[in-house]
Amino acid sequence: MSVLTPYRSSLALGNSGFAQLLWAEWTKFRTVRGWVIGMAAGALVFVGLGVLTAKGSQCGVPPTAANPSGACPAPATGPDGEWVSDAFYFVRQPLGTSGSITVRVTSLTGLYATHAGSAVPGEIPTADLTPGVQPWAKAGIIIKASATAGSAYAAMMVTGDHGVRMQWDFTNDAAGLAGKVSAASPRWLRLTRSGHVIRGYDSADGTHWTLVGTATLAGLPSVTPAGLFAASPGYSANSTSLGGSSSKGGPALATGTFDNVSRQGAWPVGRWSGQDIQEPADNALQASAQGYRETGGTFTVSGSGDIAPAGGDAGATIGQTLAGTFAGLVAVVVIGVMFMTVEYRRGLIRTTFAASPRRGRVLAAKAGVLAAVTFVAGLVAVAIVIPVGEHLLRENGWPIYPTSALTEARIAVGTVALLAVAAVLALAVGTLLRRSAGAVTAVIAGIVLPYLLAILSGVLPAAAEEWLVRVTPAAAFAIQQSVPAYPQVDASYTPGNGYFPLAPWAGFAELCAWAALALGIAVLVLRRRDV
Amino acid sequence: VSRALHAEWTKLRTVPGPGWLLLAAIALTAAVGAIAANAVSCPAGGCQVDPAKVSLTGIDLGQAIVAMVAVTAVSGEYSTGMIRLTLVATPRRWLVLTAKAAVVGAAALATGAVAALLSVISGRLLLDGHGIDPAHGYQTLSLANGTVLRAAAGSALYLVLIALLGLGIAAAIRDSAVSIGVVLGLLYLFPIVAGVVGDADWKRHLDQISPMVAGMYIQATTDLRSLPLAPWQGLGVLAAWAAGALLAGGLLLGLRDA
Repeated sequence: MSVLTPYRSSLALGNSGFAQLLWAEWTKFRTVRGWVIGMAAGALVFVGLGVLTAKGSQCGVPPTAANPSGACPAPATGPDGEWVSDAFYFVRQPLGTSGSITVRVTSLTGLYATHAGSAVPGEIPTADLTPGVQPWAKAGIIIKASATAGSAYAAMMVTGDHGVRMQWDFTNDAAGLAGKVSAASPRWLRLTRSGHVIRGYDSADGTHWTLVGTATLAGLPSVTPAGLFAASPGYSANSTSLGGSSSKGGPALATGTFDNVSRQGAWPVGRWSGQDIQEPADNALQASAQGYRETGGTFTVSGSGDIAPAGGDAGATIGQTLAGTFAGLVAVVVIGVMFMTVEYRRGLIRTTFAASPRRGRVLAAKAGVLAAVTFVAGLVAVAIVIPVGEHLLRENGWPIYPTSALTEARIAVGTVALLAVAAVLALAVGTLLRRSAGAVTAVIAGIVLPYLLAILSGVLPAAAEEWLVRVTPAAAFAIQQSVPAYPQVDASYTPGNGYFPLAPWAGFAELCAWAALALGIAVLVLRRRDV
Repeated sequence: VSRALHAEWTKLRTVPGPGWLLLAAIALTAAVGAIAANAVSCPAGGCQVDPAKVSLTGIDLGQAIVAMVAVTAVSGEYSTGMIRLTLVATPRRWLVLTAKAAVVGAAALATGAVAALLSVISGRLLLDGHGIDPAHGYQTLSLANGTVLRAAAGSALYLVLIALLGLGIAAAIRDSAVSIGVVLGLLYLFPIVAGVVGDADWKRHLDQISPMVAGMYIQATTDLRSLPLAPWQGLGVLAAWAAGALLAGGLLLGLRDA
């Protein structure tokens, strides 16, 4: 009896690993001229639009002797390098390395102008002002490294609507006693200095004290100015519903009344003097409106301005050089969709699946190749457009919002990653629909349209704008936010102004979740249906 | 001519895609308009809502679907090879394009008319409850009002022009994915770039030449003076884009092998 052995090819078994699959997909991508050209064109338009918008934006002020080019002036920078506004009225005397100051605040009142004055200081007479305290009007006690705007400080204050606060170095804010201050319910504030460490306490009765916050101010000189202050950010009425672009407002004044002022420790001079720290640029109040008065131990201090982060309004941001992201996005979405749909149209998909019957792996290989190609092309584009755009903006007189290297890397790499993930999303949608036009429309309408509706003011109400950039894939554009939003500053934090409701990486994760969902459904559908 | 029209109409009618897509366009347009109208709130200090524009917000989305239908009406023929048969039956290529434009334009007009009507009705029902009422100095939204009628009818015409733009670009490019990408890019990129440009003059000029932004001025009913262009001028800008695209598409169709 003879045993029949079945036929076996004498050739070595072919390698069918994932690497081979990736190689096959890369070959497909590389050899279709339209895709390579499309990817390059997308990168080119990305760069071109960024350069064009940077070139087309001018920022200028009337030239002066100190500023002959007429470039827009950059705001003061705080200890952490961010832009700050640092304007207030300061009643001060020198304080040594250890000591404390305690006051009782009995009232905080305010006046504001309903319209911005012209550039002429002192244009708005005090009699024209409307009574009213701004929500973040401040009056209290402060220890500051120097009288220079932007220097380190720590302050205890009462505010218009936000109770007692301890704030230091512009970005830090800790809440103390809630409620408004009045003669019936005064607030006691205390700051103690020991070396570089400043502690803030508050009290409702002057005997029971609560620690509000502890600030460590690096580089605080041994003798620093310290004392009473008052400041008020300007009045502004942003229409929060439609037509949000319109805002009206004017400068405002805060007046605090202090008594029971007591000092312990090293106060070498022992005499108060008043000083207006950096007149705010838009201040049209009469100079005599600010100042202080002392009668029988009661101090009345009036000041205008704010001690807070300034936002990016005074200049341009890194994110502004990335105006072409959308052109790149449209290009990679078209290519991502076609990477799959063309196989269906040409029937190549049958060969692909015959060669590699595990369809999920095919899709994974395609996604990997597409994401890698997009990432590389995007990285090249971003590496060109950010430095070039930044240079052009500076040349056109724009101060650039100071961004840390880490934030800049997040914006640059995040934008590129956004494009790569969007391409994968497009691939998955293309797999599901098998039709190019439908898939491209769906993905672009899903990413670009929500963003567009959110940033165009006057199209949708603010709540709807925020909802759009929270739940749709457009949330990923949070990765391009250059200027952080601060709760202790009232500003118009809308997508149109470059502020997103989600944190940068959370927004990006949202897009990733959409892409993963689409990819998961695509794998399921691919497995179940005929080719 | 009537036979060419009939042929195009048959082609559009007998493929299930376009019909369903246009119905979806109507539904989505009306739905987005209703959501936008529902989200309006009018604070005590008064608001600057343009009631007609809010009600017709859905056109922003509806235009994408109409553009897609228009693009596939041409590029679909190229991907299946049907275009050869079409051109054998009707060798005059301009006639083919004209017939396609007429049929797709008519379909877009019907879609736009129904969508705009539904949007205005839902806006009328919803906005009254959100402070956009005579008590705040607003007239109830009604097509009897000349400017509201202009906004609604103009929105339908807007969709027709979008369809023609898509048709022309698809005739020039032939590939559906690339064509729809170009159309949507053209529509959506202008306003996004204009939003980033810091220079007010530049922004104004960009808005003036943008097919979507300028075309949408036809929906404005309040504060017309602040617009960079009058409503009909704006729609004229979009018409110029559509005419340019059709011209380019027609020329290339005439010059090229199918």
